[in-house]
Amino acid sequence: MRVIKIDKKDWESGVEKLSGDYSLYGPVKQGAFHNFAPLEKGQMPDLDYVNTRLSPKSVVYPQCETMFEYTLDENQPDHHVNKEIPKDYSPRAILGIRPCDVKAIDLVNINFDNPQYQDPWWVQRRAALTTVALACNNPCSTCFCTTAGTGPFDDSSADVLLADMGDYYLAKVMTEKGEALVGKAGFDQDGSAEAGAIDDAAKAAEAKITSKIETGKLGDKVTTELYDADFWEDIAFACINCGTCTYLCPTCWCFDIQDEVQGSDGCRMRNWDTCMSALFTLHGTGHNPRPNKTARVRQRFMHKLKYYVDKYENGIACVGCGRCVQQCPVNIDIRRVCDLMNRFEPGKECA
Amino acid sequence: MQNPYLPIPVRIDKATIETEDRNLKTFKFVYVNPEDEAKFQYKAGQFGELSVTGKGEIPIGIASSPTEKGYVMFTVNKVGLVSSALHNMKEGDIMGIRGPLGNWYPWERMEGKNIVIIGGGFAFTTLRSSIVMLLDPENRKKFGDIHVVYGARSPGMLLYRDELAEWEARDDINMHITVDGTDDPDWKYNVGFVPAITEEKAPKGDDDTFAIVCGPPIMIKFTQPVLDKLGYKHDHIIMSLENRMKCGIGMCGRCNIGKEFVCKDGPVFTLEELNSIPKEY
Ligand SMILES: Cc1cc2nc3c(=O)[nH]c(=O)nc-3n(C[C@H](O)[C@H](O)[C@H](O)COP(=O)(O)OP(=O)(O)OC[C@H]3O[C@@H](n4cnc5c(N)ncnc54)[C@H](O)[C@@H]3O)c2cc1C
Ligand code: SF4
Ligand code: SF4
Ligand code: FES
Repeated sequence: MRVIKIDKKDWESGVEKLSGDYSLYGPVKQGAFHNFAPLEKGQMPDLDYVNTRLSPKSVVYPQCETMFEYTLDENQPDHHVNKEIPKDYSPRAILGIRPCDVKAIDLVNINFDNPQYQDPWWVQRRAALTTVALACNNPCSTCFCTTAGTGPFDDSSADVLLADMGDYYLAKVMTEKGEALVGKAGFDQDGSAEAGAIDDAAKAAEAKITSKIETGKLGDKVTTELYDADFWEDIAFACINCGTCTYLCPTCWCFDIQDEVQGSDGCRMRNWDTCMSALFTLHGTGHNPRPNKTARVRQRFMHKLKYYVDKYENGIACVGCGRCVQQCPVNIDIRRVCDLMNRFEPGKECA
Repeated sequence: MQNPYLPIPVRIDKATIETEDRNLKTFKFVYVNPEDEAKFQYKAGQFGELSVTGKGEIPIGIASSPTEKGYVMFTVNKVGLVSSALHNMKEGDIMGIRGPLGNWYPWERMEGKNIVIIGGGFAFTTLRSSIVMLLDPENRKKFGDIHVVYGARSPGMLLYRDELAEWEARDDINMHITVDGTDDPDWKYNVGFVPAITEEKAPKGDDDTFAIVCGPPIMIKFTQPVLDKLGYKHDHIIMSLENRMKCGIGMCGRCNIGKEFVCKDGPVFTLEELNSIPKEY
């Protein structure tokens, strides 16, 4: 790791130099919200934002993606055979991603890249990605990252971490990918003398995060007892199973696979899916092992706060970005649910 | 980079109607590229994703046995989109298979032990695979007594009827075939539900005896107390689950029960394992 200093007046020209070597993504204002989008040549990421509405996961894991193509025309050789298609794995960089969102990519990676199977599209896109994270000086009231395994200045997943110091950025260059990027941008002013300022800013930002969860006891709970806890009906009562919470979450990775055919040409697609939908688990026979919304809401929270914890021993599958808290139309709050789960004692249930 | 979603192309070599309601068909596939057979080395109890190009994929238990070379076989119930499309396909048509997927019945643990296979309805597919595998002379000597209780609604709803008759005639396997009811005067086997026949015919449970149970939920529900009564320990009762699936390789997040992905960590679990996860199946 080394610390460099980037004067804000040099930022734009640096970013412009990058656009030859990388496809760039960054936060841009779309209506009332910010979202991550590809940056046109010359377009700057809008770093004056707190959190984007959707997470940036689509840069490595698009919402819809063609898996294979095929022809159904029996006069063609190889008809009815699924074929891999060329995909773009050229270098790409996300500028201004939040530390929690970078961390989320690592959490999801455990699912897509494991000893037995590797998802080739995820793995290759992630390998092509360089992340330039922007530390949060002013977290918002729904952020609870510091107790969700990350934090406003978390540098453990990013390739470069930028700290905004007013007229300039101090940048921690964490990895070789990060070195390559700052090299190409021409950022090479030594900042090591000011490294301590980053720590001070980190402490100040962390102190602003007053929203906290406790997760220490989740691992010790007995799954079936927690599953049978009496609070699930109450938590799920207002849920309309809209799926918003899962689509915007940086750590939700479920997908569906569908074939689409036009004339004799077809493709196999994968699309983000949501465990909030009844169809998600519906058997062809009509049987549904998760037959009601309570079962589905319970699945979402149990997955993030218990099943993932037990399966990977890698903490919870939530980085505390607060998106689901902010955007749930009926104010279902994962912090409250986590609290109920962590405090749960079978037999002593009146919360 | 190896792509675990890419199906292996196969040709339908033979499609056979199995049951009198014509809802179950057995498909025998041969590999379009013979060298692909080496990639599809499986054990009894595993499944594959059958890929009907243009329609989608469905998880189906492998009905052929690893000892049967040159082809792979599946028996498919006609239910919805993909299974109906498959039923409409003809011999010679090209499609795909992906796998083998999931775990298998714990043959390694069961070596030297007695095995009771209990099946109902059309969930007999991987049990056929198991029986054919066990009866192979090389394998037969590795196991103790073998009992099979298999039931269907009526004689015409039993799968693999010719083979059932062959196995009946052998003395190295104890067959207990049953139907819920029949008006066939020539029916020479049992009449009664699977749990009742199990209680009557299955050996007592002990450390050296395993039960493999596959069937509709109602059969499983009533068979379990019978096995308890017979003294089977829950880590000696083996079951196979069928949750809705897509990827079949633990990626898409669809089929989990608790922390287990049925597709990757299962579909085979002991009852003891199932007791520690939610009943979401
Ligand atoms: C491990 C395993 C082994 C199986 N073995 C057999 C077998 O040997 N023979 C057999 O006839 N059936 C078997 N099934 C059930 C079979 O997969 C479903 O009947 C089939 O997926 C229905 O698909 P469909 O497209 O016709 O129905 P639709 O209702 O149109 O289903 C749409 C999609 O949902 C999924 N789906 C729906 N129901 C199920 C289900 N019960 N299980 C898994 N995915 C489902 C599939 O992806 C399917 O393409 C097995 C299921 C599993 C999980
Ligand atoms: S956003 Fe809220 S209402 Fe919508 S599915 Fe999620 S918890 Fe339910
Ligand atoms: S569960 Fe909610 S707070 Fe946690 S990472 Fe997902 S959207 Fe953010
Ligand atoms: S079917 Fe995709 S995770 Fe099991």
